[in-house]
Amino acid sequence: MSMGEGQNRRGRQGGKVPLGWNNPRVRSFVYQAAVLGTVIALVWFFTATAQENLSRLNISSGFGFLDTTAGFGIIQTLIPYTEQSSYGRAFLVGLLNTLVVAVIGIVLSVMLGFLIGVMRLSRNWLVAKIAAGYVEIMRNIPLLLHLFFWYFAVLRPLPGPAESLSPLPGVFLNNRGLILPEPVFGPASTAFFVAIAIALVGSVFLIRWARKQQVETGQLFPAWRVSAAMLILLPGLAWLVTGAPFELSFAEHAEFDFAGGMRLLPEFVALVLGLTLYTAGFIAEIVRAGILSVSKGQREAAAALGLKDSTVLRLVVIPQALRLIIPPLTSQILNLTKNSSLAVAIAYPDLVAVFAGTVLNQTGQAIEVIALTMAVYLTLSLITSLLMNWYNARVALKER
Amino acid sequence: MGMEDITGRPAPRSKRLTPLVWAQRNLFSSVSNTILTLVSAYLLWLTIPPVLDFTIFSAVWTGTTREACLAPGAGMCWPFIWANIDQFIYGRYPPEEIWRVNLTFALGAAVIIPMLIPGLPARRLNLVFLLIVYPLVAIVLLAGDRPGLRPVPTSEWGGLLVTLVVAVTGIVASLPLGVLLALGRRSNMPAIRMLCIIFIEFWRGVPLITVLFMASVMLPLFLPEGMNPDNLLRVLVGVALFSSAYMAEVIRGGLQAIPAGQYEAARALGLTYWQAMGQVVLPQALRHVIPGIVNTFIGLFKDTTLVLIVGIFDLLGQVRAQLSDPNWTLPQGALTGYIFAALVFWAFCFGMSRYSTFMERRLDTTRER
Repeated sequence: MSMGEGQNRRGRQGGKVPLGWNNPRVRSFVYQAAVLGTVIALVWFFTATAQENLSRLNISSGFGFLDTTAGFGIIQTLIPYTEQSSYGRAFLVGLLNTLVVAVIGIVLSVMLGFLIGVMRLSRNWLVAKIAAGYVEIMRNIPLLLHLFFWYFAVLRPLPGPAESLSPLPGVFLNNRGLILPEPVFGPASTAFFVAIAIALVGSVFLIRWARKQQVETGQLFPAWRVSAAMLILLPGLAWLVTGAPFELSFAEHAEFDFAGGMRLLPEFVALVLGLTLYTAGFIAEIVRAGILSVSKGQREAAAALGLKDSTVLRLVVIPQALRLIIPPLTSQILNLTKNSSLAVAIAYPDLVAVFAGTVLNQTGQAIEVIALTMAVYLTLSLITSLLMNWYNARVALKER
Repeated sequence: MGMEDITGRPAPRSKRLTPLVWAQRNLFSSVSNTILTLVSAYLLWLTIPPVLDFTIFSAVWTGTTREACLAPGAGMCWPFIWANIDQFIYGRYPPEEIWRVNLTFALGAAVIIPMLIPGLPARRLNLVFLLIVYPLVAIVLLAGDRPGLRPVPTSEWGGLLVTLVVAVTGIVASLPLGVLLALGRRSNMPAIRMLCIIFIEFWRGVPLITVLFMASVMLPLFLPEGMNPDNLLRVLVGVALFSSAYMAEVIRGGLQAIPAGQYEAARALGLTYWQAMGQVVLPQALRHVIPGIVNTFIGLFKDTTLVLIVGIFDLLGQVRAQLSDPNWTLPQGALTGYIFAALVFWAFCFGMSRYSTFMERRLDTTRER
């Protein structure tokens, strides 16, 4: 449906209405020219003012500062970084820290969200009420408050390394972070990874072959179960044959701290916890709405055809529910990525904290720094929506 | 085949829903269900008693200083809340001028509550009052740059006052802006449509924090020398632009739900574009999206907490500031403060989301009729 000026059919054919204010095409053109003109004038005004201000304040413009030595440390770096590294390197470190939190947060919150969404539809009264309570509590508290709570009220007051809590053997929790066992790979571990790769490729082919077989002959082959067995057995065999090439290195009490193991900063743990618990509440509601949208008749018809419960779920309910779940789920994933910028409030060194915080303060290049930061988030948003749109097109209703 | 004579018998009774029957049906209907129930009950047992114990049973309710809360095993320190309640609500607003804030709150409630009750008359007048008259009155009352009122700079505002000012400004500014953007995005003038799409997608694609940073450090560079709006005003502009993009998408959803025939019929009657939109299409579209608007407001209300990152003390920022008060250093201080803040935010947001559900249901039934 189209609305607005210029929609008059007579006007579109032209000729019948004389060129003048009564011709919708002329009017439409004048309006657009006026709006565009105003926008261009505004942009020109602001650019001119900014240039004047910059020269008055002696701030150089341009991205040259990215090559300058940063001179500050960052508490979590996924790539080599020292105080001698450049601002550009600091930008990359921040970006990677953002991506790591976002990806882990997305995976965990989608899993927890699906679990809670399904729980809320459970026929068990207690389970359904717990899920409902979770959703109502988590969604209605600001994310920043979640982060403050986990960081300042829970993780920071924990005891020091000497009196660490140990919820599981090899896992330690103290005011310096969460310490997990770290897998250490020996030289012979290549065989193990090759075995995993072979098993993966093999299962893909097996499942394809099984589907084709079913279409052609109607014979069912338990491809999923055989693949699962393959995925466990092949790497396991490789691990045994090559003589256990990797093991978990457990952290040990050293004099003041722990040695070995993998350490997650308390800032990181608080951020992931907060983002996951908050976003899972929203995802749960999306999942619930999606499953409820599949009419009962679909389920009953599938059961009447003789499909068993798990098959009904896999082939009838979930594919239809996904159609409703994917678009709002996409915006939740985008929200989580953008919300990871709240890291700055608890000093986790993400892109905003490192770049729009420390680098901006040190260089004073406000325009370049903010523009670059915004560009990164816009790009991330664009990539995520493209990926999710592609997936959505695959699950969408194919109308012929 | 003897037909039994049942005339003398009492009517058959359905199995009465005693608590036991209910529990059997809803909690213990099968083995797996029983296991689920037991696991859930255990989880609740692990979480609920400690929370209740901390906030209520072991909490310290009376006292005026931190010493009252230092007893071993003491839970939430309510004296901390009572002692700082003025800061939490008004920030550093001068105590003798607090009546102005209270008057603004009361006026706001008097304008908004009648709007929320469906079926009351004069809602259009009320909307005009809320969107135009009330903001002006509130500015004069709070800032006080009129003769007879003592000026209070925004740096002294804080607490719930700032939270409400930011959230209400965001929503009041974003409604008209959002309507314009939504209409622009559906316009068939390509230049205007493109501009609106770029505007909306830009603000929706960036996090609010970067917008706030932009407002507080980048905006001054784009303004002529000497023009230096204060920090709160700059942040308000950023919040208004940000939320108008989200509002535009909500309103666009409502516009899409109105059949094209409505607009075409209005034009056929001789109404202009703005008359057709303002008197026929928008009143229907906006009614459809009341739940969406309330949800946007809830989101905005929660997002106002981010202003503390650029140095403005909203409720959460004020709680954090009071926590660093050396007179109130307590082991359970952080827990106390953040649980209190969570309770306040939760009460506001939960209330609003209930209202949104209520409106949704109401709109549904009118559609069915």
